[in-house]
Amino acid sequence: MSEDDDDIILSELPDDELVLQMHDDLYDGLREEIEEGVNIFLERGWEPYKILTVALVEGMRIVGIDFRDGILFVPEVLLAANAMKGGMAILKPLLAETGAPRMGKMVIGTVKGDIHDIGKNLVSMMMEGAGFDVIDLGINNPVENYMEALESEQPDILGMSALLTTTMPYMKVVIDTLVAKGVRDDYVILVGGAPLNEEFSKSIGADAYCRDAAVAVETAKKLMERKHNVLAAG
Amino acid sequence: MDACDSIADLGQLKQSKVLLIACGALAKEILAIKEIGGWDHLELTCLPAQLHLYPEKIPAEVEKAVKLHRGRFERIFVVYADCGTGGLLQQKCDELGVEMVEGPHCYAFFDGLEEFERNSESELRAFYLTDFLVRQFDSFVWQPLGLDRHPELRDAYFGNYEKLVYLAQTEDKSLDNKARLCATRLSLDYARRFTGYGDLPKFLSRLAPHPARGSP
Ligand code: B12
Repeated sequence: MSEDDDDIILSELPDDELVLQMHDDLYDGLREEIEEGVNIFLERGWEPYKILTVALVEGMRIVGIDFRDGILFVPEVLLAANAMKGGMAILKPLLAETGAPRMGKMVIGTVKGDIHDIGKNLVSMMMEGAGFDVIDLGINNPVENYMEALESEQPDILGMSALLTTTMPYMKVVIDTLVAKGVRDDYVILVGGAPLNEEFSKSIGADAYCRDAAVAVETAKKLMERKHNVLAAG
Repeated sequence: MDACDSIADLGQLKQSKVLLIACGALAKEILAIKEIGGWDHLELTCLPAQLHLYPEKIPAEVEKAVKLHRGRFERIFVVYADCGTGGLLQQKCDELGVEMVEGPHCYAFFDGLEEFERNSESELRAFYLTDFLVRQFDSFVWQPLGLDRHPELRDAYFGNYEKLVYLAQTEDKSLDNKARLCATRLSLDYARRFTGYGDLPKFLSRLAPHPARGSP
């Protein structure tokens, strides 16, 4: 963020400063610097999961707050996400090897008629960062795509995204189909996208509306915990 | 938005007039329709067109404008479609007792709501421009999306798109050329469809104090 960033040699920074520097670099969308930072932490013996949460996820959380508050707009978020993706690509194979905590599985997709995907992609990435396995169905998904993926993947969570007023009602078509097949309660259903709101989410029978990716992660964790508790009690 | 500068002196308005509170992106078109219809009873005030990038702010801004002007007008009409407020603008207008335009957004009502619906499947991967957006392409599309600073973001935005469809309100060769250039800049195929003002004159004609003299 400062003008003399060029002079900073990442490998010379102590851990705490490097973390803060990575938050800055994520904010500025500097993919190469993020990749370098991740590699430095790996060399210093940090657990991949710790790098992911402390440096990357926390950095994106800050980006998310400033986006919500109107300080950043879409391009900055895209650049930050791209930088995080660079770091994630290094960490992902290592996460599996090192037995990082697995939180559950999510199938996510943008609904039929809609090809907006920036928000959905961000949610997917942050959910992965939080330890969820994410199966991303992409854009323009008819109910059949969701049904097929739910059957083959057996996820814990179904996520649907819509950015258009004309496509958000389609979420109800999907949920109604699940109800008709008697499988609605097998999944936690999260919905999101700028034109949605809490009231809409309730009216279509989703479990929660999530304003942004950070809320999505929190909500997913909370609802998963509740699900486990219910299972344990039952 | 230049057309908005011609807002009449609000203090002088007679009670019988209808105030249109409109998105700045529609100002030029509304004034043209007003002129064609000879609808002198319509007065126009605009909110910044940039709001369409922040739809969550639209209901509150409309409310402010309605409250500011309502004492001087018998009737107020909000020339916004839903514009991504997810029904919240309609809710706000109901609460304020004012009417607004039907439909999801301006692309739909310029095309004609039914026509837009019919085209929706075949144009799933289309990105629309209107006369306004062709004129203001740089300040309303290119720059806010950061493509001026980061051309590499093109695919993140438009990777799923195939064509740019220019919904033309007017026959204007220079706008046609400019729209074609916009398509090139976005690496999209180009198509143009003349829509005229679509459903907008119909909406505005309902505000006539007496039978409309003719529909533009
Ligand atoms: C960027 C953008 C585009 C890009 C999309 C690029 C892409 N690959 O997605 C481009 C420029 C291509 C585009 C195209 C169009 N767009 Co657009 N677009 C936007 C804009 C400005 C931002 C959306 C965005 O990406 N935000 C950034 C992300 C990070 O935020 P988000 O999407 O809200 O996602 C967050 C949360 O909502 C939540 N979330 C989202 N999904 C999910 C899912 C789950 C499961 C969960 C838990 C959470 C969650 O978490 C996300 C991360 O924090 C919005 C306006 C706005 N401010 O919302 C208009 C907007 C959505 N678009 C709109 C329109 C009309 C269109 C077009 C028809 C315009 C045109 N000229 O053709 C086309 C659509 C074509 C189609 N068939 O779909 C309208 C919708 C109006 C309406 N009534 O519905 C809006 C509101 C703008 C407006 N007011 O006119 N658009």
